[in-house]
Amino acid sequence: MKTHDRPRVPEAGPANDGARAGRSFWTSRRRDHLAGYLFIAPQLIGSVVFVLVPLILVVWYSFHEWNVLAGTFHGVGTDNYENLFDDPKLPGVLRATGYFSVGLVVLNLSLALALAVLLNQKLRGGVVFRTLFFSPVVVSLVAWTIVWGFLLQKNGGINAGLDLIGVDGPNWLRSEGTSMLSVIVVQCFKNVGLNMVLFLAALQGVPRELYEAATVDGAGRWRQFWRITVPLISPTILLTSIITVVGSLQVFAQIAVLTQGGPGGSTTVLVYYLYQQAFKFHHFGYGATLSVLLFLIVLVLTIVQWQMRKKWVFHES
Amino acid sequence: MNTQRQQRTINFAALATTGVLVLTACGGGGDNAGSDNGPVNLRMTVWSGAPEHLKLLDGIAAEYRKTNPDVKSIKFDVLPVENYTETLTTQIAGGKSPDLAWIFENSAPDFVSSGALKEVKDDEDVLPAAKEIWQQDGKLYAYPFSTSPFGVFVNTDMLKKAGQPTPADLIKQGKWTWDEATAMGAAVNDKTGKTGIVIRDFDYKSWDNLASYWDGWGAEAWSADGKTCGFDKPEMVQAMTSLHKAIFEDEAMLAPGTTADFFAGESAMTVTQMSRASLLTDKFAWDFVPLPEGPKGKYAVTGQAGIAVLAKGQHPDAAADFHAFMTNKTNAAKLGAYFPQARSSQLNAAALAKSNAKLSEKQLSDVVIEGIKNGKVKPVHIGQAEIYAAVRSELDSLWKPQADVPKVLTGVCDAIKPQLEQ
Repeated sequence: MKTHDRPRVPEAGPANDGARAGRSFWTSRRRDHLAGYLFIAPQLIGSVVFVLVPLILVVWYSFHEWNVLAGTFHGVGTDNYENLFDDPKLPGVLRATGYFSVGLVVLNLSLALALAVLLNQKLRGGVVFRTLFFSPVVVSLVAWTIVWGFLLQKNGGINAGLDLIGVDGPNWLRSEGTSMLSVIVVQCFKNVGLNMVLFLAALQGVPRELYEAATVDGAGRWRQFWRITVPLISPTILLTSIITVVGSLQVFAQIAVLTQGGPGGSTTVLVYYLYQQAFKFHHFGYGATLSVLLFLIVLVLTIVQWQMRKKWVFHES
Repeated sequence: MNTQRQQRTINFAALATTGVLVLTACGGGGDNAGSDNGPVNLRMTVWSGAPEHLKLLDGIAAEYRKTNPDVKSIKFDVLPVENYTETLTTQIAGGKSPDLAWIFENSAPDFVSSGALKEVKDDEDVLPAAKEIWQQDGKLYAYPFSTSPFGVFVNTDMLKKAGQPTPADLIKQGKWTWDEATAMGAAVNDKTGKTGIVIRDFDYKSWDNLASYWDGWGAEAWSADGKTCGFDKPEMVQAMTSLHKAIFEDEAMLAPGTTADFFAGESAMTVTQMSRASLLTDKFAWDFVPLPEGPKGKYAVTGQAGIAVLAKGQHPDAAADFHAFMTNKTNAAKLGAYFPQARSSQLNAAALAKSNAKLSEKQLSDVVIEGIKNGKVKPVHIGQAEIYAAVRSELDSLWKPQADVPKVLTGVCDAIKPQLEQ
């Protein structure tokens, strides 16, 4: 923005030397800029030190092999990237990651939307239910997961409940068929409240007149939902889907506490696998390479979703 | 790109590169072994935060500082046992290596072979078998701080309630075998609804604890030279078939996906080490007996931990001096209260009983002394963490009622063969 209202600094000349020495550098424009930079400095320094530099380091490490115990560190060129193609476990890890992400996104978003629609009905006790569904978001993740670990045991609370209705529940965390599903459900219930609140805010922003007009035109509730509600809240759907997809690709604590990647590697997702490679097996270089792979996956998925907004996100303009 | 913009780009690249280089230097990639110049503050990582353990260690440290005033402080840094080794290696990677560390037997070969540890003073009083995994080329790299044999804690009240004999009676009759123990465990489950036997800390994940079972069959995870897989050998197949039957057919053992804490009165027997005696309360009458005999007769298995001086610590020489003091004969006798010492001069029940109020001389003699003298250390191998994860993943298929035991065990060998042959 141009600052036409500010007085121009006089041209340099012997007669103006004294004035320049006093005020030429710290113009009010420069002071404004400095204030702006000072305001953003804490965040900027934090981002550089804790995001940008580690990001660069991870890429750099991915071209090296680092044996922590032996204290050796040497370049290996693209060996670690070539190992990605030779790693027999990686396809299974990516499958498990995909399974978790798709399962969580579908379950979380549909449940969050359903809950938001129900809570938007102005029924009695809405505030209580909203608090109830949102409260897990503020609970410690590890504490939440440990409690669920007990509930999901063979002789735990879930199976005790199923037993009351005559159902012999499975060994949730020990069976390859149910372990990932269990982790998805635990994670979904943990964070569904956040998406629910976002959806609720979006739903409350949809003009009532549109529904009234649609009712006059004879549109049923289902038709109104698909033709009015979904398009109008589509920006929020985009936001929540990006947040949930990125979050799902970074799942770690739940896996570490509930299954430790088992049984049989069925819940070994990419983040847990790179943790194993780097911190358990001491393959720091390969662990860094897996981090780069994860970064690229998140980046591509976010770009794809962002591009898709042009097609299905509704903009009033 | 104009010249001004080019200059800005170069400046930014230089700044980023400088940041990377500075942080890398801090990252531990290079050799950053410290010196003993300046004030000495020693730090040792341990996994146990039990007040009585820390009190003992702090007492030894205070005693040392009386004659070594140049050492300003000695701190015992408790790391969570669940990821103790990962936290320790991360500290080393971050250039924050402790001066001394407690090291578990399963990571001993990695630490010893990598050169991460400083050589420590050998002591002929320590049994040669106890030093084996801490040695390389005839040099000792850690003092075997705790050589703790596995035994069986027994809730005699619960056995009585289930109408079962006590292991002590069976030992007198020469009938204390895994067959008998399994039958007793099944009877407990049948008559009281409680769990019969728990191999503590196994939890269908930490499979190396099963050595306390399969050694009775003469089975081994791999050969002594570490090159040949032992999981598909007949002895292991027999041991695991027997274990599988005890879990899924007899229901004598803790089932997968369930928990039962012996010390809370939830099971009749638990296979574990002497140090767990501190968890015993007066809730029930108990006994501590040797492992039941397997088809190959009597046997003993020990878990081990070593205390080492880290080569990359800030004060390696001062740490080595404190290490020598901490592990001398006098202090070893004190440590023996919780951490059994594999010293020939201290392997007598009367001496051990002085510092182990909970266990009788007979219990100490039968389980601890015999175990230390004749026990075999749990399986260890270079690159154990990777092998450990691979075995665990394959064994998961075994913990189902209809598992094909020989097929699963062959799969275990297929999975770890490349790592064993490295």
